[in-house]
Amino acid sequence: MEYFLQQLINSLTLGSIYGLIAIGYTMVYGIIGMINFAHGDVFMIGSFVSLIAMVLLGVGTGIFLPFALLVVLIAAILITSVYGWTLERVAYRPLRGSFRLAALITALGASIFLQNFVQVTQGAKIKPIQPVIQGGFTFFENGALVVSLSYLQIFIIIITIVLLSIFSYLISKTPLGRSQRACEQDLTMARLLGINVDRTISTTFIIGAALASVAGMMFVLYYGVIDFFIGFLTGIKAFTAAVLGGIGSIPGAVIGGLLIGLIETFWSAYFTIEYKDVAVFGILVIVLIFRPYGILGKPEVEKV
Amino acid sequence: MQDKKNISIILKDLLFTGLIATILLIPIVGLRTEISTADSTGLIFDYNFLIAFIVIAFVIGVRFLFHIYWFSKIKKTQKEKSEKDKKLFLKKLNLYLGIIAGFVAFTLPFMPFANRYVVDVATLVLTYVMLGWGLNIVVGLAGLLDLGYVAFFAVGAYSYALLSTSFDLSFWICLPLAGILSAFAGILLGFPVLRLRGDYLAIVTLGFGEIIRLILLNWYEFTNGPDGISRIPRPSFFGFPFERKSDVTTFHELFGLEYSTMHRIIFLYYLILILALLTNFFTIKIRNLPVGRAWEALREDETACRAIGINPTNTKLTAFAIGAMFGGFAGSFFATRQGFVSPESFTFIESAIILAIVVLGGMGSQIGVVVASIVLIGSTELFRELEQFRMLAFGLAMIVIMIMKPRGLLSNREPSILMHTKKNE
Repeated sequence: MEYFLQQLINSLTLGSIYGLIAIGYTMVYGIIGMINFAHGDVFMIGSFVSLIAMVLLGVGTGIFLPFALLVVLIAAILITSVYGWTLERVAYRPLRGSFRLAALITALGASIFLQNFVQVTQGAKIKPIQPVIQGGFTFFENGALVVSLSYLQIFIIIITIVLLSIFSYLISKTPLGRSQRACEQDLTMARLLGINVDRTISTTFIIGAALASVAGMMFVLYYGVIDFFIGFLTGIKAFTAAVLGGIGSIPGAVIGGLLIGLIETFWSAYFTIEYKDVAVFGILVIVLIFRPYGILGKPEVEKV
Repeated sequence: MQDKKNISIILKDLLFTGLIATILLIPIVGLRTEISTADSTGLIFDYNFLIAFIVIAFVIGVRFLFHIYWFSKIKKTQKEKSEKDKKLFLKKLNLYLGIIAGFVAFTLPFMPFANRYVVDVATLVLTYVMLGWGLNIVVGLAGLLDLGYVAFFAVGAYSYALLSTSFDLSFWICLPLAGILSAFAGILLGFPVLRLRGDYLAIVTLGFGEIIRLILLNWYEFTNGPDGISRIPRPSFFGFPFERKSDVTTFHELFGLEYSTMHRIIFLYYLILILALLTNFFTIKIRNLPVGRAWEALREDETACRAIGINPTNTKLTAFAIGAMFGGFAGSFFATRQGFVSPESFTFIESAIILAIVVLGGMGSQIGVVVASIVLIGSTELFRELEQFRMLAFGLAMIVIMIMKPRGLLSNREPSILMHTKKNE
């Protein structure tokens, strides 16, 4: 029981990271119907920017910690957003209106480019960092079995909840969110009604990159090591989360992220750690067979 | 007056480009993190601001050239070729390119400049050509987006490796067996997932590719895990081995030649050439058979296909299985050429490269695949000296080619038959 509870807490943390990245995939897919393969690498850039900001500020050495983390967070969001914006402007916008696979190929190209860009500029070695937020609460100390909730996990979960509330306010209440949803429903009609479609798509990429950068910062804090390759597997799993939840649906992305976190953590805890990714993809296949449009996705209406 | 206005717009744009580039590059390029030597846990900075500024200047320069290009394009009044002429020209180009490529391919090993390196690179390019043609059946003809094609390549390679090392079977028996096993893997994957459409299929095939790789990596008893399988038997010339001395008659004894290691390399080159041409021939022929027609029809409109009684699942399944089979053939060739297979060779990036070859070549175009393979694989081979920048250039090339030629280098996506010619032609 204690073990189970501990794993539940761990999975919630991991699920938050996946969920934040998955939103970026699902939003872009909802509007322009493309898989933004480079999104995982935008997340990786976010983690590198946070790492650099942490080293620059000397986080953990004297400076008031919440303030330092806030600065790191803002720096990561700002710089990674610019990456997201540039990505859309350079690699995707020229191909708007072209056939679907074209954008997929530039996305793959951008992913390869970003990975190798970071490898060349930052080196291929892994980057370790000292734990920044230490300590935590411990409940149920029952011999060897301990259930603990570290401050870091609380930090991650709280940040996720705050971000998601800001984000859902942005989508449901502001003019920006309104035009975003309009574009999602019908791009041509939205344009006819005077919505600046290009700007809305740019904003979507910026929001997606911002959320991914926060996930990147959490990844650095939680795992303590990063390298240029983390974006690939994390990105694929986050995309799996988006598909699992029903691609195009934002609550679906969060639910999918939590589910993937759950599956991965529990599979590693109770079965074999080597096959945890096999389990993730296996469950994706099973879910899609029975619900071909994901958990919260709406079935497409077939038109002739 | 107009010019002055233009210049100020361009200047503003260049300034903006510079600003964006600065934000992008200063932290990542300028501040390189290194593990400090003093205490082995902390990170310190290695300042590279000079390089960062050079790159920023380069980005602004590229943007400026872009403006000049635009400007000259607007001023010139272009003569637009009619769509029909263009199509005819492309058809002719395809034919000529095919003839030239075939001629060059067959004579290449006997050209004066053909040393071991050239033939090796050509063999590599041909392997990708074959994989591209195999995937073209799935993506180009049937319109199914497969992001895990390398899984079938892996199944073929491991089938060959395991069959030949544990049962001592010859290449010519293992090759069809590997193909059949790969096709079986294709059916196994396809059966549950082919009801899915478009991008759902893409992510499931991607997942399948990863599953196969992870199984190869972790099932130590069967696949020898990350160490891979080594000492895979080399192919023989229909029973005559390429060795200096052997119990049986060797290849050079059979033909009364001086022994040379080039014999095997040239033999492997012709082997993959013939395998690739077989794939090509098969694709051209099957486009005229009912099943090939059904694939193309499915690609164009699935709902209409169902209405006229084509079973989409079965049709897709055949495309998947046949594509997988050719992937398996290429895989067993890969295994016998390398003499060693390990899970490292079958990562997602390979799938991405094969898909890029198909799409950049122009979907459905056979000769386009050849051109794209030569451009992508050949150009990365040119950058071999600059190991680090090789994949960087590769990614950039993928983006640039796609933006310049969104429909592929040689696009040819016409269905084999059309009932009515389209109105605008």
